[in-house]
Amino acid sequence: MERPLTQYIHPDGSPRLLREYVKDGGYRSLQILAAGMAPQDLQRLVAEAGLRGRGGAGFPTASKWSFVPMGSDAPKPKYIVANADEMEPGTFKDRVLLEGEPHGLVESMIIAGYALEAEVGFIFLRGEYHLSAARLTQAIAEAYAEGYLGKPLPGTAFRFDLHLHASAGRYICGEETALLNALEGKRAIPRAKPPYPQTVGLWGQPTIVQNVETLYNLPHIVNHGSAWYQSLSRSKDGGTKIYGISGRVTHPGWWELPLGTTARELLEQHAGGMVNDVSFRGLLPGGASTAFLTEEHLDLPMDFSSIPSQVGRLGTGTMIVLDDHTCPVGFVLNLEKFFARESCGWCTPCREGLPWVARILESFEEGRATHDDLALLDMHADLLGPGYTFCALAPGAMAPLQSALKYFRDDFVRHITLGRCPVNSKQKRHKVLV
Amino acid sequence: MLTDIERRELDDALKHYPDKRAGAIDALLIVQRRRGWISDDSLLDIAQFLGMTGDDVDSIATFYNLIFRKPVGRHVAFLCDSISCWIMGYEQVCAQIKKSYEIDLGQTTRDGRLTCLPIACLGHCERAPALMIDQDVYGDVTPEKVESIVEKYK
Ligand SMILES: Cc1cc2nc3c(=O)[nH]c(=O)nc-3n(C[C@H](O)[C@H](O)[C@H](O)COP(=O)(O)O)c2cc1C
Ligand code: SF4
Ligand code: FES
Repeated sequence: MERPLTQYIHPDGSPRLLREYVKDGGYRSLQILAAGMAPQDLQRLVAEAGLRGRGGAGFPTASKWSFVPMGSDAPKPKYIVANADEMEPGTFKDRVLLEGEPHGLVESMIIAGYALEAEVGFIFLRGEYHLSAARLTQAIAEAYAEGYLGKPLPGTAFRFDLHLHASAGRYICGEETALLNALEGKRAIPRAKPPYPQTVGLWGQPTIVQNVETLYNLPHIVNHGSAWYQSLSRSKDGGTKIYGISGRVTHPGWWELPLGTTARELLEQHAGGMVNDVSFRGLLPGGASTAFLTEEHLDLPMDFSSIPSQVGRLGTGTMIVLDDHTCPVGFVLNLEKFFARESCGWCTPCREGLPWVARILESFEEGRATHDDLALLDMHADLLGPGYTFCALAPGAMAPLQSALKYFRDDFVRHITLGRCPVNSKQKRHKVLV
Repeated sequence: MLTDIERRELDDALKHYPDKRAGAIDALLIVQRRRGWISDDSLLDIAQFLGMTGDDVDSIATFYNLIFRKPVGRHVAFLCDSISCWIMGYEQVCAQIKKSYEIDLGQTTRDGRLTCLPIACLGHCERAPALMIDQDVYGDVTPEKVESIVEKYK
């Protein structure tokens, strides 16, 4: 089984420096570009490969690129931004790549720049990833010294510059238009769309924002072609995926596997099943803003096209497991506190609604909730859903709530009838500011 | 006034941007790295250098949770309070910190050694609960391990 993204990553997590990276074929893709692959050819190759965005939405990468103005009349400069803000609770896949294979991002950014005739790249890195920052800084310095950055690609007029921007916190920075505001030194409030960043982005220039894992696929597509890339996958979306699992499983961790691996294989074969005395109740397939999947969904391929839209979506592919010793209401309360705290405050339904939801859930945990409160939760799950707020943060927050209300409704009701949390009542819950 | 070193670091960061105010977040981080936190005076130093008003810079400083507008201790412990760490028991770790150092989340020890803050998912969920002190991340933290970890930060 091929693992193009992670096969060379050292088991101890130490970074691979330039010499070792080049020895294993690193930066070879640039020679292929220089040997006569035009930007349009490269865009077509990525379309044929079926690469879809790994940042959560699964948007086809080449379609996103197709809106960027090209040719000599296009505005200059154009920008490529790597979204390395990874802060979706339960998600740790981009960190694995950034820490273990920092040159991979540099090479990938050069390729994306070439495809879009963009001359400048920024890596927008969450401020807490200090180890990634140090390793990327070194990789960028090595790539400049070697002439991969800052000098024309041999035989072409294309030249690429790359800068690292360490952020100062807040989950909303990961939303691509909020990210652009943050890069411009402003409060990270999302922007109205249209215009889309592809035409009016960073400082008003055409800009592509792409997830870290998405970008890491590019060198391999260039080196091995679209048919090979398609063959890596078990589904109609191409490539591999870095999946992860956390929670009470025997071996929490990450694995690069064919896209379309089922949740059951991940849970049972790779994570070794649940720890002793604990059983499975459900999982969030890709971070806090995805809907619960339960036993009946475990044989679904975990990709962007197999999960029915009324059930949910893959999200980031890093799963969080709910076990029978953990209260589903407390689980959702933790998520909603996170979302309430991280709301950027720009639009009223999200700013006011999320803390309200969190307070209602708290009343369940404390045994004060009534059936009216349950109806209020149902109402919020609808009214903070898609279409009512300025960005996707609030709808994301409602995905686990709405699905929990569906699959674990009995648990909510028991909190009301017992007047306490059936699982957590003996533990004193810690109150976190909402 | 910004110090020479601060100004040099900031000039370096500004090279990548078409306008000065884009450097506001870099400026806050650069100044905080040396001065520990962003006082009103620091805020005005930055505003003056970037040609912004103090309020303008403050609106940015107060948005980002890694910018401190109040003094913090010599070391800052960031305790992940997101979902995987909740499942795996961050609350017990939090209770231990409270017991050992007599501080709750958001507080600083009386000797100014340690501030403890909650933080969103640190991206180490496979080793939950996770704790970051200054720039070092610790995984699989248990209440029993807390004191031996914090011990290293005087
Ligand atoms: C609230 C919010 C937070 C997000 N955080 C991230 C993030 O940390 N990393 C990321 O790659 N995408 C994040 N996204 C998705 C981005 O907006 C964007 O879709 C993505 O970076 C596009 O990259 P892709 O096409 O390669 O997937 C977030 C979206 C929302 C609404
Ligand atoms: S939905 Fe929430 S995060 Fe998004 S713009 Fe509105 S307030 Fe901000
Ligand atoms: S949830 Fe704590 S590190 Fe991810």
